[in-house]
Amino acid sequence: MSDATMEPTELRTADGLPLKKALAKSQARAKRRAFLLVAPLFLFVLITFVVPIGQMLFQSVYNDSFSKNAPALGQWFAEHPLEAPIDESAFAALATDLKEMKANRTQGEAGTRINYDVPGTRSLFTSTARKADKLEPPYKEAILDINKGWEDPNLWRAMRSASHPYTIDFYLAALDMTRDQDNNIVSVDKTRSIYGTLFTRTALLSLIITVLCMLLAFPIAHLLASLPLAKSNLLMIFVLLPFWTSLLVRTTSWMVLLQQQGVLNDIMVWLGIVSDNGRLEMMYNKTGTIVAMTHILLPFMVLPLYSVMRTIPPSYVRAARSLGATSWTAFRRIYLPQTLPGIGAGALLVFILSVGYYITPALVGGADGQLISNMIAFHMQKSLNWSLAAALASLLLGGVLVLYWLYDRLVGIDNMKLG
Amino acid sequence: MAVPAYASPLERTWHYTYLVICGLIFFFLIAPIIVIIPLSFNAEPYFTFTEKMLSFDPTGYSMRWYDMLLTFGMQEPQAERGWSWWMDVWQHATWIDVAKNSIIIGFFSTILATVLGTLAALGLSRPEMPFRRAVMAVLISPMIVPIIITATGLFFFYSKTGLAHSYPGIIMAHATLGIPFVIITVTATLVGFDHSLSRAAANLGADPRTTFFKIVMPLILPGVVSGALFAFVTSFDEVVVVLFVAGYDQQTIPRQMWNGIREQISPAILAVATILVFVSIALLTTVELLRRRSERLRGMSPG
Repeated sequence: MSDATMEPTELRTADGLPLKKALAKSQARAKRRAFLLVAPLFLFVLITFVVPIGQMLFQSVYNDSFSKNAPALGQWFAEHPLEAPIDESAFAALATDLKEMKANRTQGEAGTRINYDVPGTRSLFTSTARKADKLEPPYKEAILDINKGWEDPNLWRAMRSASHPYTIDFYLAALDMTRDQDNNIVSVDKTRSIYGTLFTRTALLSLIITVLCMLLAFPIAHLLASLPLAKSNLLMIFVLLPFWTSLLVRTTSWMVLLQQQGVLNDIMVWLGIVSDNGRLEMMYNKTGTIVAMTHILLPFMVLPLYSVMRTIPPSYVRAARSLGATSWTAFRRIYLPQTLPGIGAGALLVFILSVGYYITPALVGGADGQLISNMIAFHMQKSLNWSLAAALASLLLGGVLVLYWLYDRLVGIDNMKLG
Repeated sequence: MAVPAYASPLERTWHYTYLVICGLIFFFLIAPIIVIIPLSFNAEPYFTFTEKMLSFDPTGYSMRWYDMLLTFGMQEPQAERGWSWWMDVWQHATWIDVAKNSIIIGFFSTILATVLGTLAALGLSRPEMPFRRAVMAVLISPMIVPIIITATGLFFFYSKTGLAHSYPGIIMAHATLGIPFVIITVTATLVGFDHSLSRAAANLGADPRTTFFKIVMPLILPGVVSGALFAFVTSFDEVVVVLFVAGYDQQTIPRQMWNGIREQISPAILAVATILVFVSIALLTTVELLRRRSERLRGMSPG
């Protein structure tokens, strides 16, 4: 009773701190502790993953292979607007740069950069630079004497845009676009538009693979979920063993199966479905890519679907049946809607993984089963147009990140299940 | 899953059709993996079953492709098979060489991924963690971002920093790829973790370190080990990063297989594939046993 009459004082901890402060302090400490646990890994991933990808993004808008080798031209372009006639002073700058390039042996590097924009111009640089020492004023005549190709206004337009190291030209190229003589952005003619076709094909093939995975995963996930645990765990091996088997092993086995002299064709010849001369071409085309990738990605569909189906109480369907629904109606109206989270999670995951697939299409895809990743690898390793590869990769990355964000919103990354 | 007694004949027929469909899908999943095992014992350099193999004629089978795994790249494969022959295999055989690389790179990247990943998972599973969702999204992203993009980025980054063509470079890259798996498995184990256990330990006078090693660690160990196995498999199976940033000295098993498949595919590849299938069976069994142990430890129903 005496407590009630006492003045309400601030609550304090044993060592005299106000409770509010003490709580805030301990919460801050807990926060810091949690953060410190994550920090080393976060730093590590930042260095080995985020920074490299940032560098790739930078490479897609930055290419100094022309600008650093042609300083005189760069200056001329800076001083003269686009409308300025290509006169003697421009050719003088070109001659200075060509002489410099010859001395440093960089004409190939600079020419390659212009060649990306205007095909066939690399030889112009190399052949003219070879004779650069003999160039005398008037330069315009002297250079045009060596090669008439230098008159092309499109070439000068390309050199102007390459004289800045920062450029969006590679994104334009990756989107099948280019600039016309007046520097307007236009799409290239249909015969030369490869990347658009490739992006569409990648999306289409991924969609087909996702749908196939969905159709194949649904029945077995349902079976696994409705069997008693002991049996379903045994059958689960059929799903988990492919999941754990090396990607290259699975791709190799599909090569063995799908070859013209391979197991499947042999069986079909033996069964008399096809004649010995009419063996089917199932590999090195789209069929090969679709079949092998469906097999490889199927576990990624089964596992989320299974974990959702396990939680659906069978009594709902039974209740529907007892209320007079046919088994089809009970499935369509009661069971299927409850599996939608699993279908969504699996389909998104399979789609995300398949748009970026590289190994399987490279090995079994042939020419028309290639995906966008294979084109990136081609530009990285064969054509050595790294900036274009980086631009293509950035576009693909953008698409994947949007899907990843969607996945996180719909499913939540902490709900991802493995095995 | 039996057919209920009230099922109509149509439903019965459908039920059995359904079981057959499921059987076919399971067959589709497993057959491609099984089929390469007998083919790797083919006596001929073909990729299909020969007449002799089908009639189980012993002369149709041979170990020649397994033998080739040892002799390929050796200095004197014809020499007598004694001590010096085996030394030659150990030192010069190409497949042995790449297997050593695979194990070295796999081992160190697994250690790196597991230690960093487990610590981070402990932090991430605390409710106080600031920006939990965003940080988690960044840490999981190496699994989602197409491998070709990661490899391209690493190529640019490593050629500037001098990490290209070196073991540390590949080990770090593989660790990054394995980290998402460690985080996912360890956080999954921590979801069911009873935090009153560590409070009880603290109450009984244990300092945080003792609590971690005596109470937390034994309980999450199964998750940590299966995460480590996932990380190891990721590294063991990875080819694209190796293609882009590894030098001649850091070739791994999948890299060598990639060469073999692209250039001249021979049944020797199938012999390697068969060995790898058995490796994955062993790993799968281990992970499955660990999962059950973990569920038992945490008092969940034995799965």
